[in-house]
Amino acid sequence: MSCEIEHKGTFNTLLNINKIKKNLTRRIMIDKIATMIFFGSTLFALLVLGILIYRIFTQSIGWLDLQFLTSTLSIFPEKAGILGAIIGSFLLMIIVAPVTIVLGVATAIYLEEYASKSKFQSFVKMNISNLAGVPSVIFGLLGLTVFGRLLNLGSSILAGGLTMSLLVLPIVVVAAQEAVRAVPGFLRDASYAMGASRWTTIRKVVLPVALPGILTGSILALSRAIGETAPLVVLGIPALILRIPTGFMDNFTALPIQIYYWTLDAVLTREYANLAAATIVALMVMLAMMNSIAIIIRNKFQKRY
Amino acid sequence: MVNKELANKRSIFKVNKLNLWYGDDHALKDLDFEMKENNVSAIIGPSGCGKSTFIKTLNRMVELIPSVRTSGEILFNGKNIFDNSFRVEELRTRVGMVFQKPNPFPKSIFENVVYGAKIHGITRKSHLMEIAEASLRSAALWDEVKDRLNDNAYGLSGGQQQRLCIARSIAIQPEVLLMDEPTSALDPIATAKIEELIIELKKEYTIVIVTHSMQQAARISDETAFFLMGELIEKGDTKGIFTTPKDKRTEDYITGRFG
Repeated sequence: MSCEIEHKGTFNTLLNINKIKKNLTRRIMIDKIATMIFFGSTLFALLVLGILIYRIFTQSIGWLDLQFLTSTLSIFPEKAGILGAIIGSFLLMIIVAPVTIVLGVATAIYLEEYASKSKFQSFVKMNISNLAGVPSVIFGLLGLTVFGRLLNLGSSILAGGLTMSLLVLPIVVVAAQEAVRAVPGFLRDASYAMGASRWTTIRKVVLPVALPGILTGSILALSRAIGETAPLVVLGIPALILRIPTGFMDNFTALPIQIYYWTLDAVLTREYANLAAATIVALMVMLAMMNSIAIIIRNKFQKRY
Repeated sequence: MVNKELANKRSIFKVNKLNLWYGDDHALKDLDFEMKENNVSAIIGPSGCGKSTFIKTLNRMVELIPSVRTSGEILFNGKNIFDNSFRVEELRTRVGMVFQKPNPFPKSIFENVVYGAKIHGITRKSHLMEIAEASLRSAALWDEVKDRLNDNAYGLSGGQQQRLCIARSIAIQPEVLLMDEPTSALDPIATAKIEELIIELKKEYTIVIVTHSMQQAARISDETAFFLMGELIEKGDTKGIFTTPKDKRTEDYITGRFG
């Protein structure tokens, strides 16, 4: 009994209410400072984005119209349009989307569901994560060597699409791996316990549940691919295409390339800067559309378990 | 009298000298076990004694855990399930399993019940509907769900979900149903329903149930086995185990002195 009282005594000196109050004032202040730092960081990013959007929009006003979206290139800024680049970017995506999704999801499934948890597997996983951080110029060089020269595809849409696929493949693999890993084990158990094979279980249980995550990752990867410039520059994709591409072996140009060259040439003809701004707006609208699709898909397919 | 009836029944599972290791951990030690058809065998014992491991070995689900090694044999209808010629998919089709936590798929009630039938090649809608109705009736769930077969299974209560899982298991007509503490996540009323169901299902299936509740074992099983530290201490008809246990450790456990 006395021991208990004594114990309570030490407790009271350690956690004295006056001490607690003093300490509390300090902690609340630190909390306020922390909030300000975090808010400030967010504000900074928003501010930069805001300036960018403001500048681009003000520059593109008067230039971004239907004529601009539906015309091909011209040396006269008033007559120039980006129809070729829009079609080029679109055809590029038609190659990138199936190639990355099929290869990426298959790789993720192999690594998560089939490969034994060995040192080799963790080595492969580490390398894929590293690949995601390799500069895009290097992928461009790889594409130029393998697709452009070795396979003799030149600077066709196919060469560009395959190069771009390599670039964004790691993003899809990592996203799909995470989505597959997040499928609870008890769902797999239920399937296996009924005599389902591994592939049946993956196809009927794992993939449907992982689908929202896989699709979100894929569309984010495509958004990256549609905005990448460096690999296409290395491949020698020109901006000056007067003929609209009709097949995958045709030469082409893409929106980011168009932006790049118009910005470079703005030194010669000032109006080109406005054309570049208008193209950026078009590209950003496309990106926003793709991201909205990703969100819609995620919300539609997301399932509770 | 009861024993004689038991002795005449056909043996479904016969386990000989079964050992199992998780890495270096010796989880099951020299088990010998026999299960007769259309019997309910209950497996009791304290946590970590190997009950769940044992029934997961009977359909080889335990092998999904890496680093598991086994020795000995388990004869299912006279054939060793560890033989290379015995395909694990076939074993699991004939030996169904119900898990501790209800684990329906995030699909409709109908799709859940016919999952097994579909993966085994039945595609015609009318056949699937027949299977769904029969299985749900057997699992005493039909009346509760017949008007909402296309609703998501996660809208059901925990007890209904567990009966759905039972319906899903019996939809492919296994010979044996393994149940791993099927009522441990359920309230007493849902538990009572599942127990009634087990007694009903025993007419058609051989049932092995792991349970933490000795009352449950006493209520529904014909035979009871007591596991301790990976060993089978005692096994016999349920009445005998609970009234006149032969081993001191069994007696201590069922009278609540440990565990």
